[in-house]
Amino acid sequence: MSISIRSINKTFGAYKALEDVSLEVPDGSLTALLGPSGSGKTTLLRIVAGLEFADDGPGKILFHGQDVGGVPAGKRGVGFVFQHYALFRHMTVAENIAFGLSVLPGKDKPGKKEIADRVKELLGLVKLEGLEKRRPHELSGGQRQRVALARALAIRPKVLLLDEPFGALDAQVRKDLRRWLRQFHDEIGLTTLFVTHDQEEALELSDEVVVMRNARVEQVGEPQEVYDRPRSPFVYEFLGNVNKLKESEGKARYLRPHEIEVVFAAEFDPRTDVMGKVLHLFSAGPVATLSLKLSDGQFVEVELSRKALDEMALDKGDEVAVRLTEG
Amino acid sequence: MENRPVTTESPFVKGLLITSAVVILTLFLLMPLFAVFAEAFRRGWEVFIASLNEEAALSAIKLTLLAAAVSVPLNTLFGLSAAWLVTKFRFKGRAFLLSMIDLPFAVSPVIAGLVWVLMFGAQGWFGPWLAERDIEIIFALPGIILATVFVTFPFVARELIPLMEAQGSDQEEAAVTLGAGGWSIFWRVTLPNIKWGLLYGVLLCNARAMGEFGAVSVVSGHIRGKTNTLPLHVEVLYNEYQFSAAFACATLLAFLALVTLGLKSLLEQVTGQKAGGH
Repeated sequence: MSISIRSINKTFGAYKALEDVSLEVPDGSLTALLGPSGSGKTTLLRIVAGLEFADDGPGKILFHGQDVGGVPAGKRGVGFVFQHYALFRHMTVAENIAFGLSVLPGKDKPGKKEIADRVKELLGLVKLEGLEKRRPHELSGGQRQRVALARALAIRPKVLLLDEPFGALDAQVRKDLRRWLRQFHDEIGLTTLFVTHDQEEALELSDEVVVMRNARVEQVGEPQEVYDRPRSPFVYEFLGNVNKLKESEGKARYLRPHEIEVVFAAEFDPRTDVMGKVLHLFSAGPVATLSLKLSDGQFVEVELSRKALDEMALDKGDEVAVRLTEG
Repeated sequence: MENRPVTTESPFVKGLLITSAVVILTLFLLMPLFAVFAEAFRRGWEVFIASLNEEAALSAIKLTLLAAAVSVPLNTLFGLSAAWLVTKFRFKGRAFLLSMIDLPFAVSPVIAGLVWVLMFGAQGWFGPWLAERDIEIIFALPGIILATVFVTFPFVARELIPLMEAQGSDQEEAAVTLGAGGWSIFWRVTLPNIKWGLLYGVLLCNARAMGEFGAVSVVSGHIRGKTNTLPLHVEVLYNEYQFSAAFACATLLAFLALVTLGLKSLLEQVTGQKAGGH
């Protein structure tokens, strides 16, 4: 089910959390809300869920074309996964997952057997078979995360909302779970909107990235597109490493580390090159990183393949020609 | 070479600290407790039983139990609502409400009693109106209950507020998105999370409700066999030089204190184990 967000405003007292935010989330997509803390992304997610209300005005939230502004959170059919999971501490994993079904009003409430079957099916889906009797404090972070996901899915939501889904996990688990979530999304095809402040996560995981800054949407697009064609210096700097080179009249030029070439000083071409000196090099892994000081005093970071670095046999203090071609 | 942790004191200081702790404990806590029981039984079992099994004493016990039976559930309800309100919502006047909850702790119990007399006493604001309708509040059961409720109001709320503050409302919000209604959320999510703290608050509230002296003393009127609670009855007996009877009744209050302490440490053990599991 598609989500349309139209001209949403939200203020907390004097603080503007969202300013005229509009956004289309296509049916079945996996969309990332990316931005630094305080950019309004979590507030937007909570408004979509119905946990927070937008300011009065023309703002609207539509699910599949239907205005859900007046629909309470519990009736919107959203699965919400909280940053710290918010599992019910005193319930077992199975009871947690069954919660959404067990609170249904009498006539809609499935029977015991049906609930148990659904719990089993969901545990299989999130790869936690056999853990139904455990309590949240007996689980690892990654397992809790998946219980929270299973609990959200139990009510057969029409959209899935995830608030910093990997925020509280350590790096390795994070990577694994990220890949797993992408696969999982492709299997069930549920429209999913997730909040993150990690650009790598957003780029790697999503079909579409929404970059937010200071209560506004800065740019929307496919990961490749926002990375290659950032529409503002902010997006440039926020999405991955970037070199900011000052030019005349206060203008600046942005170049990704891999967009800069390094050649032997003998091949210096005055039209495109600047002379530079190697300050530091780091070459663990397939990509090597060079820190260079240019002849005009600016510093740049350059990425090149390990192979290229080995061929040039560069060392600290070497003079090189730095080719500032744009990608 | 001496090998001891840096935080350990010399044996002399250690001994001094331990001895003074034991002496103070004995003098101020154990001796008085012992004295209560010793005095109560000085003239034997028969006198002890007789002093309790007497009309005025029985009526005082009944009144004390009744006052507690009304005010503890009321304050459990008030405390729960107040704690829920100030921890799950942000609203204007929240800070004011928080300090009002503490008012009964800050005010002298005598004042707490006088307030009711000024309002509902014969010369009070509503006195004539009540007198016309033959409604007795002061020097009667309603006054005693009012005073007890007022004095014991903060116990449950004070116990729950920090607990609920620390827990936040994540779990409640999760329950909301899963379609649970207000009642379901309260019974199935909020209450199970605070049950031990709540029980602890109720325990303390009950101990105070049964032991309250000052406020109740002002509104009771000391009508023997009618408006004397157990603490007041002890005072009356003592003033009449019936020491054994006074101490016999006092043993009931001391016993209540011991039971409360026992339950309290039991609760702390249970909750401590829970917390340790995290």
